Amino acid sequence: MTKRRNLAPWLLVLPSALYLAVFFATPMAQSFALALQDSAGSWSLESVQLMLGDPDFGRAVSATLTLLVLVIPIQLALALAMAIVINKRLRGTSLWLYCYALPLAISELAAGIVWVSIFTQRGWLNSILQSLGILDRGVIWMSGESYWMLIGIIVVAEAWRATSIMMIILVAGLQSIPDEYLEAAEVYGASLWQRIRRVILPMLRPSLQVALILRVILAIQVFATAVALAGTGLTVMSQQALDWANDIDNDNVAAAWAGLMLVISLTATVGILWLLPVREEQRQ
Amino acid sequence: MTRAHTLETPPTTPARALDGPPVPEGPPPPRRKHTWRRLGNQALWYAAAIVLALFIALPIYLIFVSAVTPEADRYTYPKAIVPSALSFENISFFLRASGVVDAFWRSCIVGIITIVLALGIGAPAGYAIARYVFRGRDAYRLVILATRAFPVVILSIPLAVLYRQVGINDSVLGVALMHTTLALPFTVLITSSVFVSIPRDLEEAAQTLGCSPAQAFRRISLPLALPGLTAAAIFTWVLSWNDVFAAAILTLRNPTLPARILSSLTQAPLHFQFAAAFVMLVPSLVVIFIIRRYLLGLWGRVVK
Amino acid sequence: MPSSMGPRRRAVGLAMAVAIGASLTGGAALGQGGSVVMLSTQLAPEAEAQKMRDQILGGFAGSVDFVTADPGSVLIDTVRVEAQAGSGEVSLLGGLHGELSTLGAEGLLMDLSDVVADLDVSPGLLELGKLGTDQQLYIPWMQATYVMVARRDALEHLPAGADINALTWAQVTEWGANLQAATGERLLGFPAGADGLIHRFFQGFAYPAFTGGVNTHFADASGVAMWEWLKETWQYVNPQSTTYGFMQEPLLSGEVAVAWDHTARLIEALRTSPDDFVAFPVPAGPEGRAFMPVVAGLAIPATAPDPEGAKAVIRHLLDPATQGITLQQVSFFPVVTSEVQAELDAGTQAELDAVSAQISAADALPALLPIGLADQGGAYNDVFKSALAQIIVEGGDPATVLAGLAPTLQGIFDATGAPCWSPDPPSDGPCQVGTGG
Repeated sequence: MTKRRNLAPWLLVLPSALYLAVFFATPMAQSFALALQDSAGSWSLESVQLMLGDPDFGRAVSATLTLLVLVIPIQLALALAMAIVINKRLRGTSLWLYCYALPLAISELAAGIVWVSIFTQRGWLNSILQSLGILDRGVIWMSGESYWMLIGIIVVAEAWRATSIMMIILVAGLQSIPDEYLEAAEVYGASLWQRIRRVILPMLRPSLQVALILRVILAIQVFATAVALAGTGLTVMSQQALDWANDIDNDNVAAAWAGLMLVISLTATVGILWLLPVREEQRQ
Repeated sequence: MTRAHTLETPPTTPARALDGPPVPEGPPPPRRKHTWRRLGNQALWYAAAIVLALFIALPIYLIFVSAVTPEADRYTYPKAIVPSALSFENISFFLRASGVVDAFWRSCIVGIITIVLALGIGAPAGYAIARYVFRGRDAYRLVILATRAFPVVILSIPLAVLYRQVGINDSVLGVALMHTTLALPFTVLITSSVFVSIPRDLEEAAQTLGCSPAQAFRRISLPLALPGLTAAAIFTWVLSWNDVFAAAILTLRNPTLPARILSSLTQAPLHFQFAAAFVMLVPSLVVIFIIRRYLLGLWGRVVK
Repeated sequence: MPSSMGPRRRAVGLAMAVAIGASLTGGAALGQGGSVVMLSTQLAPEAEAQKMRDQILGGFAGSVDFVTADPGSVLIDTVRVEAQAGSGEVSLLGGLHGELSTLGAEGLLMDLSDVVADLDVSPGLLELGKLGTDQQLYIPWMQATYVMVARRDALEHLPAGADINALTWAQVTEWGANLQAATGERLLGFPAGADGLIHRFFQGFAYPAFTGGVNTHFADASGVAMWEWLKETWQYVNPQSTTYGFMQEPLLSGEVAVAWDHTARLIEALRTSPDDFVAFPVPAGPEGRAFMPVVAGLAIPATAPDPEGAKAVIRHLLDPATQGITLQQVSFFPVVTSEVQAELDAGTQAELDAVSAQISAADALPALLPIGLADQGGAYNDVFKSALAQIIVEGGDPATVLAGLAPTLQGIFDATGAPCWSPDPPSDGPCQVGTGG
């Protein structure tokens, strides 16, 4: 803020900007170039057309967006619930925090396997339900024929795997709300829901913005849990990109998929910024 | 990530409470009573805490049981939620598989290089965002977040070509460079919140007492920031440790642990997959335990 | 045609070449110089690779660095990159007939005629290894195929009068219906997951059995009839099949009672409880008992640094004793004519019996693995997987879906120039996809 050192921030930011230019912007530009070339290397929209004409195009896009639309509100609710519980400072707060934060460091690959052990036909969920006498016969949760069941179990697995990051951001945001606000609201008889709607959510807006952008971007790249739980029963965009890159061996179409995912991510980011504007003085 | 203004503007001035409700004014509130209703309320909060905790912890317990189920019970159904015996044959088969130990060390080295690079490059940027208002700061924050919007898998493909040209293909350095790209957004955002939480008044005070800006940083801010930076480093390591896809594309004969698991164990029987999942889970149990105190500091200042 | 490689493939191939070089120099420094580098798409799953290193290569006098290449295009690209560089590190290749024939067609393999005299490989298979030339471009190494396995207690629900060793696919449908009526569960199973080999079911079993061909009947009336049959049968197929990679797993857990899969992906069920499972030949369709033999071969790239060492490894691997160990350890079947001496466990024996019955059946109809598709092998398989997704998972109309996919399939043949392969009649020029159902 001091005028005489106004070069300092630029110098501090420069290394990371240069690094990203080399290791992010360059490959990204190359990737876009690939998407706009055919496999022989001349400029054309062939790869984009191949992507659009892929029989799996509609399936992949709709499944990814369906998952996104379902999982984000659920994660938001869960993360908010966890954050409020943490903020209540019950006995053993750090233990609760530890527990809720655990999935933060669990890889997508491991998370997929964890939920397969639960949802497979002779898996934990059916074992428990049958032992308790709730079911006579196991339900086939991972059935390739029930699209909504597959969506449902992937949403559960994703909610388990990826809510922590939102929770951490929201807890941090909550702690910056002065206690007096919440206490005052409570004392004057505001219900929990009223406090959430009128005090917590508005004041959390900067945290919500970051948390939502981050989660939406990552949700568009959903992969390992979907493949593990749904197999070929449904397909997501990341899987298509990887299939084109690996199995079909056409990097151009794979790059077209990546470009599409980037466009959707940026649209969603702009949408969130527009829906949840944060005034400069409120920015964290 | 909270700016200092929450401190500078005490909540006694409700006008500054952005979009928030005005804090009611008027007669002092009645004193709280410890009624049964209040106790019941408390019980409800504990119930909620426990339900949420079970949702997270139960699957971890179940994968543990799956990993230690003895061969004889492997296909019994319904499965017993308490194992009849603990067997480590699945886990030890997985650990003995050729290359797993090498891949484990490789993952560790990649993680360490990533920490050094990401903090070395990212922390100064985080400091700049925390301490200075400069043109393009918001744009920079957005751009850095947007780097996460591009699918990792596809980013790796042109990088593989670049690496070949400079001769670092299939190497730990190559993977670490990629992981640094993946981690930088987090490192920058996290370190900026770490530095925000250190009152700049202290640094300024040191400067008025004759320290140069660099000295003020080294003697005052850095020691205060160290725990937060450590946590940021561990978080960076976690990101690197868990990456499967970049490593799977950028390595062949020298895979990191997750890449190694992806290439061989996806075709393995389920009980080995369970063992692998559990083994991959253990470091996260430990790491999150170590940094649990700093977790909140990672994303914003703990005001109280 | 190296020019058709994508940049990433080149990178991968080169990475492989460089990495192998680095490991060799490193190895030499450790005093392990002179080991033969073998790059293989076969025995790539961890458990198998382990047995290859410890048991199968264990008896070899020299030292072999066994490197797995997965997916298969890594093998092709590595050899191409080494050929372009003019020198290489890989001395021995292990791959499928289709992979080696791609390399052979590009002139990247050495003639191994001088090794043949030392071996007693079955002449029919040796002929395959000539790839239509007068040179021995690869030596057959081991073979496998796909069979059926059922839980023994499912046999009582076989349709009346059905012979387990001479079933038809129509009887399998009936069997599935009986099983569902008796147990309330859908107990047939196919490996239709992301790692499953269901595309081979279409290419080597269902299509030939119902149509007498594959590509020339892809979307014609008989092709549509095959899919109609599968659609009807799928009512009795466990819907979790879309997640199955290896069928031994759901057979053992009881999720499935009757399954089709690769011998190596069923063996664990037969070994774990040989009394509970039976292996039997694949069923027949209107055109015969179609099955796909899988032949893996050994070849030496033209750039091999140690061809003599590689030939010694070939002699070792083709030794009847080693062939016995291979059968015992990884359930790949011998290619040598002499009696293989191996003490087989009950599971491997059961599989061996089923395979023998399948090969020698009166109506046997062998169907080859795809040939000449070069790096389009994955795209080719994807067409069949797409058909499954659209017809079975999405419930699409077979005729419409197949008509929609036929141009994609034709595009692959036009791009690669691949002629039809058996049991499709041979073609001059690119294979022509059969349409007009």
